Amino acid sequence: MSQAEALAAPRVKAVWTLGLLRSELSTTFRRWRTLALLAVLTGVPILIGVAVKIETSDGSTIGGGGPDGGGPAFIAQITNNGLFLVFTSLAATLPFFLPMAVGVIAGDAVAGEANAGTLRYLLVAPAGRTRLLLTKYATTMTFCVVATLVVAVSALVTGAVLFPLGDVVTISGTRIGFAEGLWRAFLIALVVAASLIGIAALGLFVSTLTNSGIAAMATTVGLLITVQILDQIPQLHAVQPYFFSHHWLSFADLMREPVYWDDLTKNLQLQALYAAVFGSAAWARFTAKDITA
Amino acid sequence: MAPYESEDSQSQGTGRRKAVRYAVPVAVVGVAAATIGLVPALADSGDPDLPKVTAQELIEKIATSDTEQLSGTVKIHTDLGLPSLGGAAVGGFTGGGGGGEKGDGSSADPRTKLTELATGEHTLRVAADGPDRQKLSVLDDAAEYSVIHNGADVWAYDSASNEAYHAKDTRAAGDRAGKKTPEQLPATPKQLTDEILKASADTTSITVDGTAQVAGRDAYRLQIKPKQSGSTVGAITVSVDAKTGTPLKFTLTPASGGAAVVDAGFTSVDFGKPAASTFDFKPSKGTKVTEADELRTQDREKAVPQGADQLDGLNVIGEGWTSIAELKLPKEAGGMASGAASGELPADAQKFLSSLGDQVKGDFGTGTVYSTRLVNVLITQDGKAYAGAVTKDALVKAADAG
Repeated sequence: MSQAEALAAPRVKAVWTLGLLRSELSTTFRRWRTLALLAVLTGVPILIGVAVKIETSDGSTIGGGGPDGGGPAFIAQITNNGLFLVFTSLAATLPFFLPMAVGVIAGDAVAGEANAGTLRYLLVAPAGRTRLLLTKYATTMTFCVVATLVVAVSALVTGAVLFPLGDVVTISGTRIGFAEGLWRAFLIALVVAASLIGIAALGLFVSTLTNSGIAAMATTVGLLITVQILDQIPQLHAVQPYFFSHHWLSFADLMREPVYWDDLTKNLQLQALYAAVFGSAAWARFTAKDITA
Repeated sequence: MAPYESEDSQSQGTGRRKAVRYAVPVAVVGVAAATIGLVPALADSGDPDLPKVTAQELIEKIATSDTEQLSGTVKIHTDLGLPSLGGAAVGGFTGGGGGGEKGDGSSADPRTKLTELATGEHTLRVAADGPDRQKLSVLDDAAEYSVIHNGADVWAYDSASNEAYHAKDTRAAGDRAGKKTPEQLPATPKQLTDEILKASADTTSITVDGTAQVAGRDAYRLQIKPKQSGSTVGAITVSVDAKTGTPLKFTLTPASGGAAVVDAGFTSVDFGKPAASTFDFKPSKGTKVTEADELRTQDREKAVPQGADQLDGLNVIGEGWTSIAELKLPKEAGGMASGAASGELPADAQKFLSSLGDQVKGDFGTGTVYSTRLVNVLITQDGKAYAGAVTKDALVKAADAG
């Protein structure tokens, strides 16, 4: 096989990889499971929007208006500006819905194929295990972006229908135009998608460890919940900055004026670190593994 | 099975090659750990070399500093060693010790926010452009609390609850609220330093304790130490920017050692003019605005049963670092806090309150000492309170004398 690879021109390889990626993408996004996950994610902003609309329809404020009124970040501003529904929805889905969906897709990536007995057929194609793994990871990351954008777009449409749009008051109290606000919303969606890099790599690694798709998904989602709980225990503050979920809500710093970059950078660095560690661990495991199914 | 058997002779070699692959993630972890550990150490390039100055010159430098424009990020870490009961306990303690005033009515009211700053770690942003325009923001998770002074207006905006507080900056209002609204906050380190110098003379030693890097700038460290014994204050260090004379960092370490009680300093600072839009604030339609005038009326009604109004007979014993405030408490409060039986309080609450403090005995009778890492308060059974940044023994001595 290595001889065949050596003979093939790089361009042919690239075409192969693209073809593999395309077929992976279409397989993933045509699954009912994926569509159901995306449907749930579409529903969350609609639910929040309608709930806020009903609660404020009699002129009252959200959650009594106190400082501890509860609810996800930015929820108090939704009635002034529908654009804030995007931020609220992302803040509401980022701790659980989004990573859970990513965990399902990532956990299923390799183990699901092994479970269905299709992994060895994939490996028959002269793509190589490393490239197959990269393709799987790229597919998972594409899902991260798509899932985040689904939430954002659904929130934007719901917000535009139910609430007025206009100039955006940043959380620092300054004003920015609507176009600038939209641009920030887009950046926030990208940062949220990038926040999922870590759990995607972790899920992929778990996926290479087992031949059962369900076990891989359950482990990934279980890890997610465990880390989220550990992140709440004050005695563990020394290790908390290294949890992949620790800086997730830093995306809100993009709504400050000027933008506060410290935590955002920390988040992205941490996600890159997780991708490097668990990506290479997945590679080590997958390329050395006996494929029997 | 056949293919596997034929590979038997090579299996040792492949096994090793497989194991080597796992070295990659391990190496990545190692490199990351090394980077996390080493980069701060390497970035700390040691104390800068600056021409020597005397303490006197440095103080003058601070006094003549004409920094009017700056913006930056400040980290404040406060560790008073209070029992962690959240805002309620802190409010109670500052209320008793310093005569603080609490008012609720709007979460955007600056006074409610101040008690929050008394514990834990906070990130603040400050911006100033001359005497008329300042802004101070407390960065919370996905929310921000800003106080903006722009010309004749003082706005406070709480983005978490989307509430605003508005006051007119007339001088009359300024006198009352002046110390609390951050009008003067960017200058606070300076005031703090002035205050300390004024009270010093023969009670305090002030020295220049080398140099340091603060927020990437070269700075002198001014160290202030009490000469008197009995104070809980170990040392106060103020780092002063070598170029502009602006205080950049303030650290208060307790005499008992350990971590600083208050550690406030810039993590980044820029002496350029901040963007004008920084100081613009106009509440949007849905923002709930509380006017300062309304609030004050409400306050007066609410504040009657609690707060400083009833604490009469404030008396300061001693001077300098070891001065102790003596107050007469309202009857119920005194009984409650000193652990005396008072019919209104359930027994459990009694127990809880006395468990927070230590029982002490002296010529004055018995009382309870509530200690923090900096301030100790002694409440005697006959309803007197002694408070100060002094040791327990000093409080008991003061109570005996009183």
